[in-house]
Amino acid sequence: MKFLFRYLKPYLGAMSVGLVIKTIGTLVELVLPYILSYILDEIVPNDGRLTTIILWGCVMVFCALVALICNVKANRMASKVARDTTERVRHDLFARILTLSGRQIDAFTIPSLESRVTTDTYNVHSFTDRIQRLGVRAPLLLLGGIVVTLIMDSFLSLVMLAALPLIFVVVYFVSAYGVKLYTRVQKSVDGMIRVVREDSQGIRVIKALSKVKAEHQRYDRVNRNLVRDEKRASLTMGVVNPVMNLIMNLGITFVVLVGAYRVMGNQTEPGKIVAFTQYFTMISTATLSITRIFMMYTKCSASCRRIQEVVDAEQDLTVQSEQDCTPHSGDAYITFEHVNFSYNKSRDTLKDISFSVRRGQTLGIIGATGSGKSTLIALLMRMYDVDSGAVFIDGRDVRTYRKAELNALFGVAMQNDFLYSDTIEENIRFGRELSHEQIVHAATVAQANDFISAFPEGYGHMLSQKATNISGGQKQRLLISRALAANPDILILDDSSSALDYKTDANLRSAIAKEMRDTTLVVVAQRVSSVMNSDLILVLDEGEIIGSGSHTELLQSCPVYREISDSQMGGAFVE
Amino acid sequence: MRGGRNAGGDGTKPRNVGHIILRLLRYIFGYWYLALPALACSLLSNHLALLGPRYLGTAIDAISDERGVQIDIVLENFVYMLICYVASAILAYLLTLVMVTLSQRITYRMRKQLFENLTSLPVSYFDTHATGDIISRISYDIDTVNASLSTDLVQVLSSIYTVVGSLYFMFVISKPLILVFVITVPISILFTRHKAKRIQPLFRKRSQKLGELNGFAEEMLSGAKSISAYGREDVITDRFDRRNREAVNAYYDADYYGAMIGPSVNFINNLSLSLVMIFGGILYLYSQNGATSPASAWFITIGGITQFVMYSRKFAGPINEFANILSEFQSAFTAAERIFRIIDEKPEEPDAPDAAVLSHAKGDVEVRNVDFGYIPDKVVLHNLSLRARPGQTIAIVGPTGAGKTTIINLLMRFYDVNDGTITVDGKEIRGITRDSLRASYTMVLQDTWLFYGSIFENITYGREDATMEEVVAAAKAAKIHSFIERLPDGYNTILSDDGINISKGQKQLITIARAMLPKTSMLILDEATSNVDSRTEIKIQEAMACLMENRTCFVIAHRLSTIQNADLILVVRDGNVIEQGNHDELIRLGGFYATLYHSQFS
Repeated sequence: MKFLFRYLKPYLGAMSVGLVIKTIGTLVELVLPYILSYILDEIVPNDGRLTTIILWGCVMVFCALVALICNVKANRMASKVARDTTERVRHDLFARILTLSGRQIDAFTIPSLESRVTTDTYNVHSFTDRIQRLGVRAPLLLLGGIVVTLIMDSFLSLVMLAALPLIFVVVYFVSAYGVKLYTRVQKSVDGMIRVVREDSQGIRVIKALSKVKAEHQRYDRVNRNLVRDEKRASLTMGVVNPVMNLIMNLGITFVVLVGAYRVMGNQTEPGKIVAFTQYFTMISTATLSITRIFMMYTKCSASCRRIQEVVDAEQDLTVQSEQDCTPHSGDAYITFEHVNFSYNKSRDTLKDISFSVRRGQTLGIIGATGSGKSTLIALLMRMYDVDSGAVFIDGRDVRTYRKAELNALFGVAMQNDFLYSDTIEENIRFGRELSHEQIVHAATVAQANDFISAFPEGYGHMLSQKATNISGGQKQRLLISRALAANPDILILDDSSSALDYKTDANLRSAIAKEMRDTTLVVVAQRVSSVMNSDLILVLDEGEIIGSGSHTELLQSCPVYREISDSQMGGAFVE
Repeated sequence: MRGGRNAGGDGTKPRNVGHIILRLLRYIFGYWYLALPALACSLLSNHLALLGPRYLGTAIDAISDERGVQIDIVLENFVYMLICYVASAILAYLLTLVMVTLSQRITYRMRKQLFENLTSLPVSYFDTHATGDIISRISYDIDTVNASLSTDLVQVLSSIYTVVGSLYFMFVISKPLILVFVITVPISILFTRHKAKRIQPLFRKRSQKLGELNGFAEEMLSGAKSISAYGREDVITDRFDRRNREAVNAYYDADYYGAMIGPSVNFINNLSLSLVMIFGGILYLYSQNGATSPASAWFITIGGITQFVMYSRKFAGPINEFANILSEFQSAFTAAERIFRIIDEKPEEPDAPDAAVLSHAKGDVEVRNVDFGYIPDKVVLHNLSLRARPGQTIAIVGPTGAGKTTIINLLMRFYDVNDGTITVDGKEIRGITRDSLRASYTMVLQDTWLFYGSIFENITYGREDATMEEVVAAAKAAKIHSFIERLPDGYNTILSDDGINISKGQKQLITIARAMLPKTSMLILDEATSNVDSRTEIKIQEAMACLMENRTCFVIAHRLSTIQNADLILVVRDGNVIEQGNHDELIRLGGFYATLYHSQFS
């Protein structure tokens, strides 16, 4: 909550003004029942005149009007504060997420980060908005109501107030328990949805195996579970309203009874009892609101904590000064020197990796999934820092590059990389300053120009989310176009042509070789044919280099390489 | 309105609201033994709540009596009030109990009907409808209808009773004071209706903009590493900011007008109160000084005013809520229509009454002059003929999306041919029960399908009577046994999204193990290619070879070795079989297949 306060600080002025206005509006509303009892007890019995009644009536209308204007104005000011606060919280959160290191993103996980941006900021928004409205009004109505009734008749007032803690306790505990029950309902809902999703996707298998009846039974189980949990939750929450009403009504009932005795003893007037019934409704509603504020507060402070975790996360991958890192001598462009790395510090993902390539050469990396190929790339791009050893580009340790400087060196296409709902042109440009010609050129080299031009809108063709409206091979060619477009010093193709047929793959490789002579190429692949022309091929297995050299050398020296190569002779025929 | 249930079979006919209401009511009447007590509870509870203020008023009159406090009357009314309020609260909870039970039974039934009809639909339905949409109908839409049935309906019923009841009591207490509402009620209704019209689009825009923002954030965050790799953080954050600003502004706009509603409704209530006080005060004044006789309509007591004020609050509540409830009903009807669409969807045509059961098929499959199109006027297979003798392998080759699965769909009768015939062992498949036809095939698809459950359950899915020994043997044949053994719970390990991490290749091997169990004579195979590392791929290949032994195989083939060894190769392009024959024949033909073949050696 301190976190939220940090963002509210600039708006404290506006908030105080709103608060004052809201207070005026609320106080004026509090006066209404008071006037009501005044009319009944003072004016009417004591030779009341028409004009006085009308006059006081008009005062009531006037008060109601003032309350209206003040409340509307204050609510609007509150919305403004909430709007501006949320905008900044969201901005800071999103911007910070994009600058988190790979390790930090892995720790938070993407779905969790998503829900922080969507759900948690929404909670903050609705809380900052509503707390400014209810937060003033409800306590004021409650306090004001109590004070006024105490002044009117302190004894009667105490009778009435006895009911309040009850309301608070009932609503708070039932709701808290209800939240728990609804969490369970949500779990059952997930279970039910899982069956529907599984069966919708596996309908062919189910029908092929004639398992429809069995699936009905499976669904019936989850359906029953869900109904049971829902029922329990609804019945629990259903207690709140009747009990609330009962307590309120009992309060009024007892006020009348006790009031009767006090009128008998000339300690109070009948009009006050009427006014009390009014105040009591007001106070009970306020109690209900305050309970809600408590619930909202709990929810919001949880959300704030989750946002703060990200925004205030320690800066990872800081740039180190060149004095601290010894540069690497020699003419190699990319050098790995005894690199060790693990994601979770327990099992090494990469062990003692050393190699080097010169500018303009091609490096091929091959190995099974989980052998550490992509990790090696991630270290080269400094998405993670090595545990020991060092990575050098152009003789400089990657840890001494500024992030922008380092990013500018690379063009990278990964296997299931990121395409988003925008035009093809924009997906290739990716927010960089590139001319249309550069984009067309990149697409041509990546063998993508033909299919792009075949769309009626050409480069203006809109991709759907995750680019589900183009094929796997087309996706990969777009990603390669993006990687090529800015003429990078180092081009990384991480398993990025697996969906291309042989012919296209071959054309792509020869086009890259022709167009990008000075570019150092790093190719990660499962297919031997994709790496066989590299100057240096690394064979990775369980994080270790078990073979390195050219294709012909490896066929001689590395049995694993030979095995893979043999198995793939006449491998994938089409896509 | 012809024949209720079977109307609108194709699910596209628009239906009127009346029809939907009737159908929803039919669900409720199905549980009349719950619905009627609910109605009774609701009316009784409201009636008691209405009586409360009446006794309160009498008590206050007794307190303010000129002759002094009539304490016995006060006590009497105090007891009445207690009874009324307690009874009303009990009844109200009873009502909740009955209504929750009722609505849960209805939801249970709706979900059951929806799901059971869903699974009886032809495969084509799932090919043309997004899973997400189906899920949102069975969860979100049913919830919406359920909420409306259980809460809104009761609320409307009790509101009507409360409004009419309080109006009646106010009428009894003082006819002239009712006139106040002649002024305020129309103001209130006009105001809320006017505002609702104005605000609804703003709220729609608010959710739409928030949806866009969330969608954008989710999409971009899924690419966080790429964005970082290209150093595009600032550009993407700028774009996020633009949507963020739109979203908060839309929220503000809705709030700007929405902020008026609460205070305005309060104001109208306060206005009513003030007017009641002015006129009530005046009437009371004349009643007090004897200018109006107690028999006159203009006569009023102080207790009368109190009662009147309390009833007026009860009266105003539902009126203010009216617009809200109406819009909730609206969305419930839309949801109900979406639910009924699936329930009314035509299921797979039943088997012919004289359909034979196919058992111990030899696996002799013949396709003769078949025409087929997913849409009647767009034929994708023209005059296809082929013959697969027992034990032969048919390879289906072609680029992605060329229609290779169409042939599989026809063989398994997921779709029926438009023209021509398909026979198994000389029997036309439309004369065979679907279950027995499908049971004669074993199928392994590329998108591996495993469900939430243990590995054992997943492997025995096709043959539940399989013993542990058989399962182990199948897993061994599928080269996955040693992997399963190494898992902490072995064959009892639960497969779930968030649980243990198993790779795509391992999933594929489990589905192959599943396919090992049923001993069928025919096999349909979709060869997996990408996303599996070479070593697993070798394993999968070996397992598949084991599976193909001694069976008639239809293989969607990617691998040259499979294709070269096939007895018949179908080359599919753009939905048409453009070439067929064995490898040598096709190479000699020098067509598309030959081009493909030669390109990999260039």
